[in-house]
Amino acid sequence: MTREEVLLDFTSRFHADILDLEDKSNTRLYVDIKPESIVRIGTYLFRNIGARFNIATATDLPPKIEILYHFILEDINLLISLRVFLDGEKPEIESLAKEIEAFNWIEREMSELLGITFIGHPDPRRLLLADNWPEGVYPLRQDYEEWDNTSDRTRGV
Amino acid sequence: MGKTIIPIGPYHPLQEEPEFFTLTVEGETVVDIDMRMGYNHRGIEKLSEMKTFENSTFVVERICGICSTSHPYAYTRAVEDIFPMEVSMRSKYIRTIIAEGERIHSHLLWLGLAGHFLGYNTVYMWAWKLREEILDVMEILSGNRNAYAMFKPGGVRRDINAEDIPISLKKIDSILPTLDMLKKAVLDDPVLHARLKGVGVMSYQEAIDFSALGPTSRASGVARDVRKDSPYGAYQEMEWDMIVTKNGDVFDKAVIRILEMFEAAKIMKYCLNNLPDGEIDAKIKDVPPGEGIGHIEAPRGETFHYVKSDGTNRPVRHKVRAPTFMNLPTYKATIKGQTISDATIILAAIDPCYCCTERIAVKDGKGRMLYNGQDLIRLSRSKTEKIRQRMGGR
Repeated sequence: MTREEVLLDFTSRFHADILDLEDKSNTRLYVDIKPESIVRIGTYLFRNIGARFNIATATDLPPKIEILYHFILEDINLLISLRVFLDGEKPEIESLAKEIEAFNWIEREMSELLGITFIGHPDPRRLLLADNWPEGVYPLRQDYEEWDNTSDRTRGV
Repeated sequence: MGKTIIPIGPYHPLQEEPEFFTLTVEGETVVDIDMRMGYNHRGIEKLSEMKTFENSTFVVERICGICSTSHPYAYTRAVEDIFPMEVSMRSKYIRTIIAEGERIHSHLLWLGLAGHFLGYNTVYMWAWKLREEILDVMEILSGNRNAYAMFKPGGVRRDINAEDIPISLKKIDSILPTLDMLKKAVLDDPVLHARLKGVGVMSYQEAIDFSALGPTSRASGVARDVRKDSPYGAYQEMEWDMIVTKNGDVFDKAVIRILEMFEAAKIMKYCLNNLPDGEIDAKIKDVPPGEGIGHIEAPRGETFHYVKSDGTNRPVRHKVRAPTFMNLPTYKATIKGQTISDATIILAAIDPCYCCTERIAVKDGKGRMLYNGQDLIRLSRSKTEKIRQRMGGR
């Protein structure tokens, strides 16, 4: 499939789920979608079109939390980034890890660093933070405050 | 796990960094694996938000001590993608030379350690001796054996002097025959064939499902290489081959790395011979608001950086994804059903950190400790020794 065919197929198939589409350059495409469509669109890209999952990046943009799911179509060198906005108070989204193994670790990472709940994740344990890290403290949130009075994290910054 | 030094950052397990694996075994057979990491969480993503775009290049260069160029390369491409802009041809060539030199010494380091785990200490000595030669070339070209600090958004920081090129080419040519000898010694060794073939197999479908990267995926027949798929640098300027094999075992992963070194040397030599004239720095001033993605083929697979800018001189968000983040979970596919004596080499086969293999604990069904890292290396070597004796000794 060429770039145009993929775009046409994608937009006609999911026109109800797409909120906005930014054709940034030859190799980059940003698509804003509804959060509830992520599993359908994600699995379609991965299984049917044969895209590779690069990674997902979550950013705290109060009052919202943004997640970008990056997929690359290697044959036509097109990087599609699916963008969803979640409510900052109670960020929740359907897990893709229950469908595709590659999403497992990054969803665990996002859930502990930004406090996003992935509904239906098969293994929602902690991945990176220390065991003595308190529950409910999310280090990549904008309102993160130092909680450990014994530590000196000023050195070298 | 007690004291945590910095609370947040990219998980980065590439080299000499700790992780904790728990293998569950039944008799000799591994039935399950669990991984615990984050011991080296350095908060680089958070730190990067406090640095200017140019300064972050130095921070990400310190993520990995072996492939120190792969992160600055991906990061500078991410910043350039915000515009989007292209750097000059000369800086593309210089970037490619540095990246390929790094690939050679990184693969040599892996080959040496793989030999060490299997009880082939001669391979270890030879590979690391050759690695010194290529580090010398890097020192001639960049001024540093590692952490070259050559990259900046918009180009490179230092030029390559014309008088350094002939001596570098001569040095690369001088190591190729030794590399060839090493290749034959490893790939034609019947004991290594018996030891590594069919061990730690990852199927084509598993490589797709895990989104495995680099040599780990190419060994399973997935022709996936950012240098070919999303061309950058000077890679489309010359002929070179992507090495892909079918079997997905540890032997194929070794084959890929060994053959890739020759391709890397070929690319390096072409770039040094055909280095175009021109500016090396686009001197970018203000980074506009927007977001950029940079991804490149590091020795272990695709390194991926995402940078979001709001028009100030600092990134709002900087996400780092090292290739091992995608490759480590493939252990769930490769190690189950294998014996403990193969565990060391399977865990090393994706080229992750090595000291992590010394932190493996093997438990029996009741939770008792059976082996530590040293025992595992000993087991791995004695299996090689048994195969060697069975094949008539040498």
